[in-house]
This record gives sequence, structure tokens and C-alpha cells, in this order.
Amino acid sequence: MKTHLRGLAAGLSMAVAAALAATPASAQTPKRGGTLTYMIPADAPPSLDGHKENTFATLHATAPFYSTLIAINPENPSSSTDFVCDLCTEMPKPTDDGKTYTFKIRKGVKFHDGTPLTAADVARTWQYIVNPPKGVSSAREAYMVMVDKVENPDDETVVFKLKFATSAFVPALADPFAYIYKKDILEKDPAWYEKNVLGSGPFKFSSYEIGQSIKGVRNPDYYHEGQPYLDGFNAIFAAKQSVRVDAIRADRAATEFRGMPPSARDELVKELGDKVTVQTSDWNCVNLLTPNQKKKPFDDVRVRRALALAIDQWKGAPALSKIATVHTVGGLVFPGSPLAATKEELTKMAGFGTDIEKARAEARKLLKEAGAEGLKFELMNRNVDQPYKFIATWAIDEWSKIGLKVTQRVLPTGPFYEGLRAGTFEVAVEFNCQNLVNPLLDVAKVLPRSVYPENYGGYEDPKLIELYNAMLREPDPARQREKMRAFETYALDTQVDTIMTPWWSRIIVHRSYMKGWKISPSHYLNLNLANVWLDK
Amino acid sequence: MTAVTDDLPVRRRSWLAASLRFARRQPLGTFGLVIVVIAAIAGLSAEWIAPYSPTANDFAAMTEPPSAAHWLGTDQFGRDLLSRIVYGARTALIIGFVSAFVGGFLGLVLGVASAYFGGWIDDVLQRVMDILMAFPLIIMALAVVAIFGTGVQNVIAAITVPLVPRCARVVRSSALSIREVPYIDAARTSGFSHARIILRHMVPNVVAPFLIMLTAFVGQAILAEASLSYLGLGVQEPTPAWGLMLQGGAEEYASTAPWIAIFPGLAIALTVFGFSLFGDALRDAIDPKMRER
Repeated sequence: MKTHLRGLAAGLSMAVAAALAATPASAQTPKRGGTLTYMIPADAPPSLDGHKENTFATLHATAPFYSTLIAINPENPSSSTDFVCDLCTEMPKPTDDGKTYTFKIRKGVKFHDGTPLTAADVARTWQYIVNPPKGVSSAREAYMVMVDKVENPDDETVVFKLKFATSAFVPALADPFAYIYKKDILEKDPAWYEKNVLGSGPFKFSSYEIGQSIKGVRNPDYYHEGQPYLDGFNAIFAAKQSVRVDAIRADRAATEFRGMPPSARDELVKELGDKVTVQTSDWNCVNLLTPNQKKKPFDDVRVRRALALAIDQWKGAPALSKIATVHTVGGLVFPGSPLAATKEELTKMAGFGTDIEKARAEARKLLKEAGAEGLKFELMNRNVDQPYKFIATWAIDEWSKIGLKVTQRVLPTGPFYEGLRAGTFEVAVEFNCQNLVNPLLDVAKVLPRSVYPENYGGYEDPKLIELYNAMLREPDPARQREKMRAFETYALDTQVDTIMTPWWSRIIVHRSYMKGWKISPSHYLNLNLANVWLDK
Repeated sequence: MTAVTDDLPVRRRSWLAASLRFARRQPLGTFGLVIVVIAAIAGLSAEWIAPYSPTANDFAAMTEPPSAAHWLGTDQFGRDLLSRIVYGARTALIIGFVSAFVGGFLGLVLGVASAYFGGWIDDVLQRVMDILMAFPLIIMALAVVAIFGTGVQNVIAAITVPLVPRCARVVRSSALSIREVPYIDAARTSGFSHARIILRHMVPNVVAPFLIMLTAFVGQAILAEASLSYLGLGVQEPTPAWGLMLQGGAEEYASTAPWIAIFPGLAIALTVFGFSLFGDALRDAIDPKMRER
């Protein structure tokens, strides 16, 4: 066993060394050529339309084909404030007291069919995202509540006029799903992009076999000089982790861009040593344990509070981080963000206390008061191992410590969402995954469903909405932080609308010959592959 | 005058003697029976045998190899594998026995009734059985779980349904020959009801093949439950179940903690093997032709 551990330690050391070595490598002169093969840890995406979908399966398959107006800096993707122009020429300074943003659009950009891309295409795309016509679906409409209108006064200018000034706007604009589509096609058939690809990004569409693979070839007319470095890419769909790990091990694929559990990392590092590089990051994703307040006794805040109090976050997070893709204890806001609660602030809320015995005693007392001692209920979960099932197994054991008897019902993604939407669950393992760290919008998940369509808690709460709106419109960062605390405390402590679990941790293992790519806190970011190159 | 019968030796064998004779003549079957009995004892007395709670996480003992504290090691949550296997025996045997007995009983009744009534009833029942038997057991079970969902009760239903036609087909063939014997005709002409004739006169005569099938069914049902759980369609965490233990640990920890996969796999293999050996021996012991050899 000791030998085994030594081997693992040696392997990890080599990987760390390789990761360190990767830093100067990114400063090397990129080599041109080669085809990058990577795995997409999913079955076929529901469609290829980035505006309609919010699954990473769509993004990992299609991001290299498209341009966006702005993007997170690919050289600094961990930042939540470092944005760069993709199709614009310069990041604008807001005017009109922060309510108007004017973007100049690059000249000479072409769609892959050879037609020019103009400000009209950008404006029409954003008009459809912000305010989709009847019958057209925009998954990001709710994030753009601050936008009043999008105009293009000429072929080189796009103007966003906001209803109110907010620091949430620019990060929302850098949404990686916000592909710039062709105006003519959008107006003629908005559903065209569900099954077809036509972008202006670094790679041109080559072929797509549903559920098997999608391929792209280098776009010679790409507007960022010298990029892309690759001749093409081949993305292979593989839902099973063992298949993906085997593919990387056998060098049939260089990587996957979602994230692996620690066990898979250890396995690859142990076997491949410095042939693989490990990049890690906090992940802007978290599982939530959401009680359905339309079902008794979960309409009783005492029962919901007891559920939160039973869970030992501080002991669970470090232990779970060894076996699952989770790591950090946090509240509603992505840990590390300026708006996130400090540990001291967290410990004041239900479920974050450091004295777990005291918390569980209070939980038992609350259950007794609510007449819910020995409560039996079912936890609805999604049939995804990492980290959903790990979170559920942990939470069920924690709840058993206050006498609750919890069983689990695991459903495939489709029926799971049907269950959430129909409210046919008692408590569900949900998730809140966002792309750019944009806490003001990210926390909207806990707003009632009348405001945020993907909330399934079954409650209406005008006070929560009021607190949120006050925070969203607050221009002063310090006061905004105070208002975030009030919002968070109300949602997690006063009402216990949802119960947090440790925030996810992203581990990417890639072949060391893959250069130029940097990890970010989201599996939705930095995926257009323009700056990726192969050191072979 | 002494009655003739008084001169005949009384051939009454004690239960113990019969068991010893079975053990002597069927050593492999006895080995199978021992495995089955061990599994049954484990399942029935899990609370007293298991050294730890099967569901309690112990983060201080995650993926520990076999040791004095944990004889079979621990899984990724630090749960004692021996305890989970012992409790898993209960899950396996409950599902195995209930599925086998319910499926077997329904098959017995349908098979005998089909043979007894004959005609269009026999035709219809047999065609339905044909349809059900066209699907392999696991495929049929998957279909049932897909329709009704997961959970112990649905898994039992999923495994029971495909067992019914398999039993009915075998039982019918035995019952067909019994239908023609004179005492059945005598029962009919005496005005006995169909139910009485089937249950009192026909069923007891097909019990031998039925019992043999039942032992095989228990093994098949345990294997089916493990397969469904492995595919994520059977019982769910944290319920201890052998197939589920394979699903949770087999892939992710195959190289770093192989005991997580090895011991539940062994439990499944041994138990199914035990039922199979015992069933074969039982067939040999009950079958007069085999008994004479």
C-alpha cells in the first residue's frame, strides 16, 4: 500500500511539475497544424442552437464555430472582470449614467458562407436573445432583464440601452452561448440553427454524426490574426467516464473540457505521469437540496431549517472533495467573489454553523415542534454520478443523524426535469451552474418561479423579489454587498428556500502536448479553441 | 393370521438421515446449499452479524483496504464493505425469493390451468407466454422498470413478470401428461370443481419440477436484481445492494481500490452459483430416473 501511495505521490508530483512547466510553455511560439481530438461527456445535445439550449453538450460541440460580441479573456479566464472584444473593436465605456453601451464592430468579418458579418447581424442576434419573438426560445432572456433595447444605427455600431445601470450587464454580455447568428436566417427561420451551423468563428463546420462526433476545420478567414493554430478538431461524444478516461489514457483524445473526479485524475496521472497536465479551478456550479414547499411538511420553515441544520458542511466538503467534484463551502454566491459571504458571515446562517451537535439538537427540537419527528421522505435525484449521486448519499446519511429516513429516487435527465417542473417531488437535488461569475444574476436561481422560470421550490415570496431588485439596482459596491447579504440570509436562513452543498471543483486532465488552453471556473467558458495548439 | 403388511419392513427415514444421504450423494449440491444457507443467515441476522451500519459514512476511513478493522475494506464513503455485503444479502434474497415465488406461483397456476382446460384457453395463454418469452429476462425487466420506475417493489415486479411464462411453460408440459391419467377423469366425473381438481389433484403432481425451477429462479432473480442495480435501474443508494455496490465503485476505483468491486462481485457469483448447484442436486434427488443412478 505504501508503495502504491508513493507511486501516486510521485505521479502527482510529476503532474504538478508538468503543470508548472505548462506556464512558460504558453509563452512559447504556438505551432500550427494538427487536429485536436477531445471528448464531450454527454450524449447528443438536444439541438445545436446556443440561444435555445443551456447544456454544455451544445456548447462543447459548437462553440468553435461561432463568434461572440465580447468574451472572457482567454489568457485570463479565471477572472470575472477581464473581458476582451471578440467581434467588437474596443470595450466601450458606458454613457448616460451607465445606461448606454456603444460597441463598434470589426470590419471585414465573414460568415463561413463568405457573406459579410455586420452590426445588423449582431444587433438582430441580441434582439432575439433579449426579447425573442413569439415562438422563439431564448434560454438567456431572464439574464438580460436590464436591457431595454438593442439598436444598430449603422453597419459598424451596436447600441445597448439599459433600463437601469448595473454591473451585471457586461458579464451577461460575455455569455458564451450568445453566438452571433446571421440576421437573414434568423428572420426567415429562427429554428434553422437548431440543426444547422453557420458562424464566423475560428473553425468551419465539417461534419456531425448525432451522438457520435462533430468535426470542424480551420477557418482561413478568421479575423484574429494567426489564429486558429489547429487544422481542425474532432469532438467525440461519450457519456461514460470510463470511456473518456480510456480515450485519454490511450491518446485517442487529448482531453475533455467538463471536469473529472479526483479518482480519474489520480488514475491518469499515475499511469501517464508527465504526459498529462492537470489544471484545477473552483467551479461556478453547485448542487442545491430544494424542498418542495407545495408538499407538506416542507411548507413549514421549521422542517426546512432542520434539514439545513443536520448537514455538516465543514466536515463534508473536505471529505467529499477526495471522491467527488466538489470542494468549497459557500453560500449563494460563488466563493471567492467579492460579493460572497466570508466564513464568519456564513456561520451565522442555518446549516453553516461550526458546532454540528448543537445544530442537530436544534434540528431535532424543530422537527418535534413541527410534528415531523422521524420524517420519511424521498429525495429525487438526477442520474448523473458526479457529483449528484455523491451529494445525495452524503446528505441522506447526514439527515439520518436527526432521525430522518430518506430514500432516493434517481431519474434520467428527461424525467428528472419533468418531475421538477410538475412538482412531483418532496426534496430534489438541483443544480445552479453558471458561466461567467456574475453573482448578481447567478443568485437569481432562488427567486420564485414567476420571476425565474428554473426555480422549482414551489413558493412565491414578494419580499425576496424586493430584496433582489434592490441589490441588482444598487450602484455602490459596498452597499450592494450588504444587500446581497440581506438577500442571501433571507433565502438561506430565514426562509431556507434551498440548502447549499459544497461548491464544485473543476479538474481538467489533458495531454501535455495540448497547449494554449487555460482553465476557468466554468465548463462553459473558453471553448472556441482559437488559441489552442499542439506541441507535437 | 398375520397381515401381509405386518411382515413388510417399515422404510421411514429420519430427516437427518435423509439430509446425510443427500449430502453423500450430492456433495456439490450440499456445497450449494451451504452457500445458500450462509447467505440466508447473513440476510436474516444482518443486524447482529454486520460490524458497522451499512449506510453510515466514515470519512476517516475512505477506500481503506481490507484490515482487522474492516475485513473487506471500505468504499469511497468509508462504509464497511462487509456490513454492506451482509445487508446486501437481505436485499438480494428478499428480491430473489419474492420474485421467484410470486413468478413461480403465477406460472404454476397458469401452466396447470392451461393444460387442464386445453382448447382456446390453452391457445391464448400459450401465445401470451410466447410473446413474453420472446424477450430475454433482463430486457423484459428493463422495460418494466422503465415504465414503472425504480425502487424495491418495482424491481420485484420487473423480475417477476418474465419469470411467469418460463414457469408456466415447464409446468404445463408436466401437467399435460397428468391431465390424461384416470384419477383426473374420476375427479371430473365425481363432480369436483375445476379449482379443486387443479389445486388438489394436479398441482401436487407437478411440484417436483416446480421446486427445481424455483431454486433456479431465485438465482436468476438475484442476478437480474444485481444487473438492474448495476445499470442504475434497481434499488438506489444508500440501500445496500450488491449490484449497486458494483456500480458505485467498480469503474472509478477499479485500479486504486479494487476490493470495492471484487467482494460484491464475489457475493453475487457465489450466491448464484450456490442456488444453481443446489437446484441441480435437487433435480437429481427428486427425479426417480436420476435417483436410481
